[in-house]
Amino acid sequence: MAYSEKVIDHYENPRNVGSFDKGDESVGTGMVGAPACGDVMRLQIRVNEQGIIEDARFKTYGCGSAIASSSLVTEWVKGKTLDEAMTIKNSQIAEELELPPVKIHCSVLAEDAIKAAVQDYLQKHGGAAENHSVAAEAASH
Amino acid sequence: MNQVKSLSDWKMQSLESIQQQRPIYLDYQSTTPVDPLVLEQMLPYLTQEFGNPASRSHSYGWTAEEAVERARQQVADAIHADPKEIVWTSGATESTNLALKGAAHFYSGKGKHLITLRTEHKATLDTCRQLEREGFEVTYLDVQENGLVDLDAFVAALRPDTILASVLFVNNEIGVIQPMEEIGRILRERKILFHVDAVQALGKVPVDVEAIHADLMSLSGHKIYGPKGIGALYVRRKPRVRVEAQIHGGGHERGMRSGTLPTHQIVGMGAAAELAVQSMESDSRRIRQLRDRLWHGIQERVEEVYVNGDMEHRVPHNLNVSFAFVEGESLLMALKGIAVSSGSACTSASLEPSYVLRALGKSDELAHSSIRFGIGRYTTEEEIDTTIELIAAKVGKLRELSPLWEMHQEGIDLNSIQWAAH
Ligand SMILES: Cc1ncc(COP(=O)(O)O)c(C=O)c1O
Repeated sequence: MAYSEKVIDHYENPRNVGSFDKGDESVGTGMVGAPACGDVMRLQIRVNEQGIIEDARFKTYGCGSAIASSSLVTEWVKGKTLDEAMTIKNSQIAEELELPPVKIHCSVLAEDAIKAAVQDYLQKHGGAAENHSVAAEAASH
Repeated sequence: MNQVKSLSDWKMQSLESIQQQRPIYLDYQSTTPVDPLVLEQMLPYLTQEFGNPASRSHSYGWTAEEAVERARQQVADAIHADPKEIVWTSGATESTNLALKGAAHFYSGKGKHLITLRTEHKATLDTCRQLEREGFEVTYLDVQENGLVDLDAFVAALRPDTILASVLFVNNEIGVIQPMEEIGRILRERKILFHVDAVQALGKVPVDVEAIHADLMSLSGHKIYGPKGIGALYVRRKPRVRVEAQIHGGGHERGMRSGTLPTHQIVGMGAAAELAVQSMESDSRRIRQLRDRLWHGIQERVEEVYVNGDMEHRVPHNLNVSFAFVEGESLLMALKGIAVSSGSACTSASLEPSYVLRALGKSDELAHSSIRFGIGRYTTEEEIDTTIELIAAKVGKLRELSPLWEMHQEGIDLNSIQWAAH
């Protein structure tokens, strides 16, 4: 499989790897995917009092494209409001990383991870997390 | 001689390039380089002695025919057979097609049932699928967790209309050695034909068609330091086994396989087979030390690693390891300094976990994260040490990235989690 230079760069120098305390009130955690399918992404955001995403962390089990997609979105969500972060589309991720068609699902997963992290944050703050149907609640275990 | 000089140059050069410019080659179950001693014997038959071995009317043909018959003797000797029982083919895939289709067609009046294992090579499995489409019935037997066939289950699967069983002597993915003598005895008692895929066995374990009661046996040149594109099928003469030809033409190979014989390839396969048997003991001893060094090194440096396939009934040339909590494709990407195969067949559409590992009952995750190390004649200690370093560093890095590894370390049982399907 041939990877784009951007995928290789993110894979070799992943940005913002790590974890926040998921019990922290200012942290939203989203975990999506399943081990049997070959990819699990965990994205965490730290939100300040103005509702801006100050920082982000990720860990990903998956192929190079999955790692690159999640590394990329940690960069993209920083400095965005929650609403702005929710507008990030998988197609933008796929385009930026030049993902081949068989790897589009990695970008879909990254988009889902953002939504799951935002929803987790909103839930902690009693906010409605209405119509964002997101995949795994695994992080709460 | 000019050729010999350039050959030794070539050998030096190739060893250097293996060590320096190119990835370390640890994929010897996939294919092997032609041994320089083999190449040396092949070369004259490309240029000087180019005759068609079927030409009966002049010395060009006679010389080529002599070379072909010498090679036939070499291959026969390597498996304790008679040269008249060796049929040249283009490789083991063709040998297996000829054996299974040829025998099934010839003996279809006796029965319609065949038996094989789930962990066979695709050459066998896909040929069986084709026979099913033609109306034959095939039982694909499960193996045990260690990759070995359960003999009771094997006997239980035999039917009065079973005409043939096909078993892989040494598995190409996990290196396990099936109990061939026992299987051969069971089949001989019941007069059921026994086809053996011995592609990965020759040169690694003693292969004796009498001891295992083989009726048909597939062999390949390029797995034994011979050239690609040449193989052989052993077809027993006493008691006589018949196969229906799959390729028709000039009636070569006693009608079983037509087509002009590729003299140089045949000479290469004969030389390689002889060399394989001669160097089996010394190769195996050295390779076992390297395999132990690799496995101990990995175990010392990396936690949560599992060998796939039985460790006792196994050739030392193969070590198949699953690295839990890292994903196979990213592992291969990380290991670009070594040429290995992964348990994931990266097909165009998706990453399919290996059917062999699935047949051992391995979870998709462990199947996905497996690496096959194939150690061979030219593997060095330094290469093994570099590989251990690389594995330790890269698996460590990927686990730092892995949420599953973090959860595992926190003591969370990953099976207790309801993962979302996607
Ligand atoms: C066990 C086994 N059987 C059959 C084959 C097919 O051999 P060939 O490449 O000569 O067609 C291979 C090689 O891929 C093999 O490993």
